[in-house]
Amino acid sequence: MVNKIDFLKYSERGEVVITAGIDVGSTATKAVIFDGTIRSMAIIPTGWNPKEAGRNVFLEALNEASLQEQDISMIVGTGYGRVSLAFIDRKVTEITCHAKGARFLFPQTRTVIDIGGQDSKVIAVGEDGSVVDFIMNDKCAAGTGRFLQVMTGILDITLDELGQMASGSKPVSINSMCTVFAESEIIGLLAQEVTKEAIASGIVQTIANKMLSLTSRVPCLEEITFSGGVANNPEICAVLSSAFGAKFNIAHQPQIVGALGAAILGYEKL
Amino acid sequence: MESDLLCEFESLRAKSITSIRAAKEEGRKVVGKYCIYSPMELVLAAGAIPIPLCSTKQDPIAEAEKVLPRNLCPLIKSSYGYAASGACPYFNASDLLIAETTCDGKKKMYELLSDIKPLHLLQLPQKQDEEALQYWYGEILKLKNRLEEDFSVTITDHNLREAIQLMNEERRSLQDLQDIAKLKPSPISGIDLLMVLYNRGFSVDKKEAVFMVDRLTLELKELYSKGVTPFTRKTPRILLTGVPIGIGSHKVVQIIEENGGNVVCFESCGGYKAVYDRVDEEKEPLLAIAKKYLGTPCSCMSPNLARFELVERLAEEFDVDGVVDLTWQGCHTYNIESYSMKKYLQEKRNRPFLQIETDYSESDVEQLKVRIEAFLEMIN
Repeated sequence: MVNKIDFLKYSERGEVVITAGIDVGSTATKAVIFDGTIRSMAIIPTGWNPKEAGRNVFLEALNEASLQEQDISMIVGTGYGRVSLAFIDRKVTEITCHAKGARFLFPQTRTVIDIGGQDSKVIAVGEDGSVVDFIMNDKCAAGTGRFLQVMTGILDITLDELGQMASGSKPVSINSMCTVFAESEIIGLLAQEVTKEAIASGIVQTIANKMLSLTSRVPCLEEITFSGGVANNPEICAVLSSAFGAKFNIAHQPQIVGALGAAILGYEKL
Repeated sequence: MESDLLCEFESLRAKSITSIRAAKEEGRKVVGKYCIYSPMELVLAAGAIPIPLCSTKQDPIAEAEKVLPRNLCPLIKSSYGYAASGACPYFNASDLLIAETTCDGKKKMYELLSDIKPLHLLQLPQKQDEEALQYWYGEILKLKNRLEEDFSVTITDHNLREAIQLMNEERRSLQDLQDIAKLKPSPISGIDLLMVLYNRGFSVDKKEAVFMVDRLTLELKELYSKGVTPFTRKTPRILLTGVPIGIGSHKVVQIIEENGGNVVCFESCGGYKAVYDRVDEEKEPLLAIAKKYLGTPCSCMSPNLARFELVERLAEEFDVDGVVDLTWQGCHTYNIESYSMKKYLQEKRNRPFLQIETDYSESDVEQLKVRIEAFLEMIN
């Protein structure tokens, strides 16, 4: 898979135009340096200070590409922390950025499914690549990375282990979508000596069900590109993909799709 | 927009409390109402002052939740909280309340309110045909009798015809004002327009309010001709439909406009819906009144095709780029109808549509910003 913008852009001084996209999410902060193709990328935890995380991830990505701040023609910020970035030239929502990034990596994308730390979303993309509709689950943690984080906390395992445990196990049914209620439910299941594997499998199934219910409100055409940190987990991807009855496109680094989209939007704007 | 006239509208609510007190001392009666199904002409014909009641702020909701369930629409909770806590001066000044059986939440809340104040409940039918009109006519007649009895007055046909003319004149002035936003770009922001539409309702002297609104319309026309506007020709134009809003429950309008959009049309209760149709001045007054009010396209009606047609027509006339359907949490009728509304609009013209479900609190402002900004990016 080689993805490039066909033409290179040159500045007034005859140098190649380079842009940056910074995506400050609730859990991770991502940066992409772009010049028609991805020059470099960086991912760091957001922590308690989104402003500093945004600055640091930008410097890290610059360093990776052996560039200086003045080499960048435009910086576009996205993610919930975009408002805290003073040094950006433009801010764009993660909806537009994810669609842009996903289309760049997978040009046939018509639907983007993104599971982030504090929200999950389904974005319908038109034939021309523009956003035509979207739906967000953004008022509670159901079906988000945070849900998984809390559940892995109770089981005392990592997200990677959750995926491994879930694969091949028969899922126990977890009825609560609500993170707090699901937590109580799992504690109850553990008390009944239900295996960790069955619970892990049930948790992954819950996420798939929640995403499926979101997609019932927007057109969900193929190809489907899955982005966000949760897409790093191959077992969870497999469960979701089979629940949707469709093959998912998953980027090598699914977390950077938003930052990539931001950088491309900056590039196109110049 | 900065204008002395806008400031006058802003101070109208405070001013009206003083006027109501003065009028009451002279023996005039005050009738409080919550909904645009309440026929104002009858109140005016009885020589009383019709006044809208507080229902648009978060403050009294905690008080209301001592009695009402939490998962109820914020408008009902706010209305009850204001009334029960004594925080609404218009409620306190009211001699009688007019209420209607619109949605389930409201009619059960009115049962509780009737313990606090004399309340006349109009049994509103939920269809809009000839049979329903005959029934509703009976209800209007009962209201007339109640007003005559409670206030010891006789409502004559002459009184009614005068009141109909006055209310039609009010509707005409409010429609003219709202039509100003058809201009591109609109010379008035949605938030200013909402403030005017909301505040003018509190004016005790309806003739004076009509005069003020007409002056504002004229002023806005002049501003447009001079090219004065907070917007550009590229500003995305939004039609807002759905639940009633006012000052205090305006957060979605504010977010739309702070993120580069312009609400050019309010189809909702306080906006176009209430004024686009007039009472027939030629027909028998009570029947003409019944007909106009029953025709109101609210989601409590089934079916409610008239709302879909009105939204589509206004979207066309105001040349909007997108429709935002605002629904309060716990408002089953508008929430369910949103699905059909979207389908209707997209089948007609594939118009961009965003449903926002929220309440009066500030808790979801950040999330709403993302969705609204993304919607504006999508249509721009």
